[in-house]
Amino acid sequence: MIETVTRPHRAHLVRWAAQRPEVLVLSADLTASCEADLFRDTYPGRFFSLGMAEQNMMGFAAGLAREGFFPYVHTFAVFITRRPFDQVAMAIGYPSLPVRLVGFLPGLTTPGGVTHQAIDDVGLMRLIPNMTVLEAGDATEVTSVLDVAQAVDGPVYIRQLRGEVPRLFPADAPMRLGRARVLAGGDDLCVVSSGICTEEALRATAALRAKGLGVRHLHVSTLKPFDDPAVLDALAGVRLGVITMENHSVIGGLGDAVAALMTKHGVGGRLRRLGLQDTYAHGAGKAYLLREYGLDAAALVRAAETLAGARLDIDDSDLAAVRMGTLTAAEKTEDL
Amino acid sequence: MASLPTAAVKHTSPETMPPATAPATAQAGHAATRTAGATAADVRRVADAVRRRVLDYTLQNNGGYLSQACSSAELLATLYLRVLRLGPSTAPLVPRPFAGVPGAGNPEAFTGADYNGPRDPALDRFIFSPVHYALVLYSLLIELGRLGPDGLEAFNQDGSTVELIGAEHSPGHEVTAGSLGQALSQAGGIALARRLKGERGRVWVFMSDGELQEGQTWEAFAALAHHRIGNLGVYIDANAQQCDGAMADTMTIEPLAGRLRAFGAEVHEVDGHDSDALAAPAADFGGGDRPLAVIARTDPCRGVELMRARAPRLHYLRFKSDAELQAYAALLATLDAEARA
Ligand SMILES: Cc1ncc(C[n+]2csc(CCOP(=O)(O)OP(=O)(O)O)c2C)c(N)n1
Repeated sequence: MIETVTRPHRAHLVRWAAQRPEVLVLSADLTASCEADLFRDTYPGRFFSLGMAEQNMMGFAAGLAREGFFPYVHTFAVFITRRPFDQVAMAIGYPSLPVRLVGFLPGLTTPGGVTHQAIDDVGLMRLIPNMTVLEAGDATEVTSVLDVAQAVDGPVYIRQLRGEVPRLFPADAPMRLGRARVLAGGDDLCVVSSGICTEEALRATAALRAKGLGVRHLHVSTLKPFDDPAVLDALAGVRLGVITMENHSVIGGLGDAVAALMTKHGVGGRLRRLGLQDTYAHGAGKAYLLREYGLDAAALVRAAETLAGARLDIDDSDLAAVRMGTLTAAEKTEDL
Repeated sequence: MASLPTAAVKHTSPETMPPATAPATAQAGHAATRTAGATAADVRRVADAVRRRVLDYTLQNNGGYLSQACSSAELLATLYLRVLRLGPSTAPLVPRPFAGVPGAGNPEAFTGADYNGPRDPALDRFIFSPVHYALVLYSLLIELGRLGPDGLEAFNQDGSTVELIGAEHSPGHEVTAGSLGQALSQAGGIALARRLKGERGRVWVFMSDGELQEGQTWEAFAALAHHRIGNLGVYIDANAQQCDGAMADTMTIEPLAGRLRAFGAEVHEVDGHDSDALAAPAADFGGGDRPLAVIARTDPCRGVELMRARAPRLHYLRFKSDAELQAYAALLATLDAEARA
């Protein structure tokens, strides 16, 4: 069983901002839901409530950034990337301002249904020139992502996790810009995962390895720019092919970034992209949705079977044996 | 849950009218008497039952949107019992499971609008905007017999349409409105289309006050006035609350009545727990050239005094301790006993 950390962002943001008076937080009526309430209470003079008005908030963030501040905009990922897309692109992206957009509830991690599920946020933000796109995959990354973002000269979108967050990576191994984590080596398959999918992928890769497959596994946290030489190396020279796994549409996110890299360099063989297959989703529990949309460990096993052209005889009980178990019942009726 | 005190209301509600006569009744055009005499007392009974049911499900789920039921119970009950000209539900009493998202390849997709009756040129349409209030609407549909008494068994269950945050497939919902502040514009389009088609039926929109913070809401009001859309009425649950707490501390929308008037709406400001006051502005509405906006000033703790201890954060109730949960359970038992008496 792996360790889980409760609300790592909440206290870390306060500690991290202590010696950075130029860091501000902007919020659109989801302050506690985005774990910015402790910052608000600790530094009331650096917290600004903009109400449920996300388009306007982006303009305020841009203005503050033009004056030398570093606004950390907190709201749900959908409300950063969809409604105020034009404001983000024109007021923040074009002038390349150091606004940090911290978006919560990525992909299928919310029961709030289609309006709350950010399944296109990575794609939308990658589309914006000047934008850097980061995604946290565990508690270590939830906290270290702030250092990475702050060092970027330009706007940054952070796909952030809240609540009970597993710790997959050592606390002293922080996220690094443009550097994937190589979690395992092997010459048969290459699995590239991001965000919460890495935990699911770890369950499947353990089972695949037990069946004798050599699986190299990389965890990606910088989705743009996407030029890590280690990723390119890993994509090249695998016997069966590559599988990407992301809590997002297969269009515009990790899978497309990998595909572009493979074709640009003429490496790798076949590619299977796991993710939402160009569809909206609906409201339900996370485990149910991951299964329904083919984003769980079993889906990765099926993709491996397709590339291997053989049944691997891995069933749910094999996967349950490596269950990491971080889903809590509370998530079903989470405060939205 | 106590058995439902719906019988007294049912004979006066539109459900019992055969579909064929509903348009004819609507033609008479007396909005206040549309439901053949539903009274403030009927509204009170239904509203209290809605509060109890939402409290019950909040207890069962160890959390929920309870303050929304407290503030809007009379408002929504008044709309369904005394304002909306609706035919009987044409939807199943047991809610349909999720049938996939809409798309050319999915003929099975549906909306929950059929719980509000058939489409008819003379009948009204209802657009439900703040869909985190979904449980309040589901509970009301049950009290009115439009949804079966077990309709909430699927509430917040995997694969169900009775979602925590409603979407257009959810009972009583017609548009996907969970990105708040988007439904009014869509209702404006529906109202404009109905005018183009010469339909007499009106379009009613239920909104939360937080939605008045979104710029799009004001763009919608500007367009409604500009295009002289006089067949659309908005009821706003002005409970002065939002996620972060009091609206006045988060981002004020006041003076709301003055702002709406300046945007060209006919504005009424009423006690949102007074059914007669709520129903009055809608009487005979529909023939003019201005949208109607009714600001219902409401109390987010009405009927559940216990909740006041949690102010200013009332948006989502999650019990902090077993003792707190027990206190709410005891309140429900008392309310159930009172209702049976
Ligand atoms: C565009 C958009 N931004 C943010 C949210 C998240 N959200 C859901 S309810 C809500 C509060 C809105 O205020 P109101 O509906 O008046 O709250 P209530 O009276 O129910 O407390 C917010 C910010 C949302 N659903 N849509």
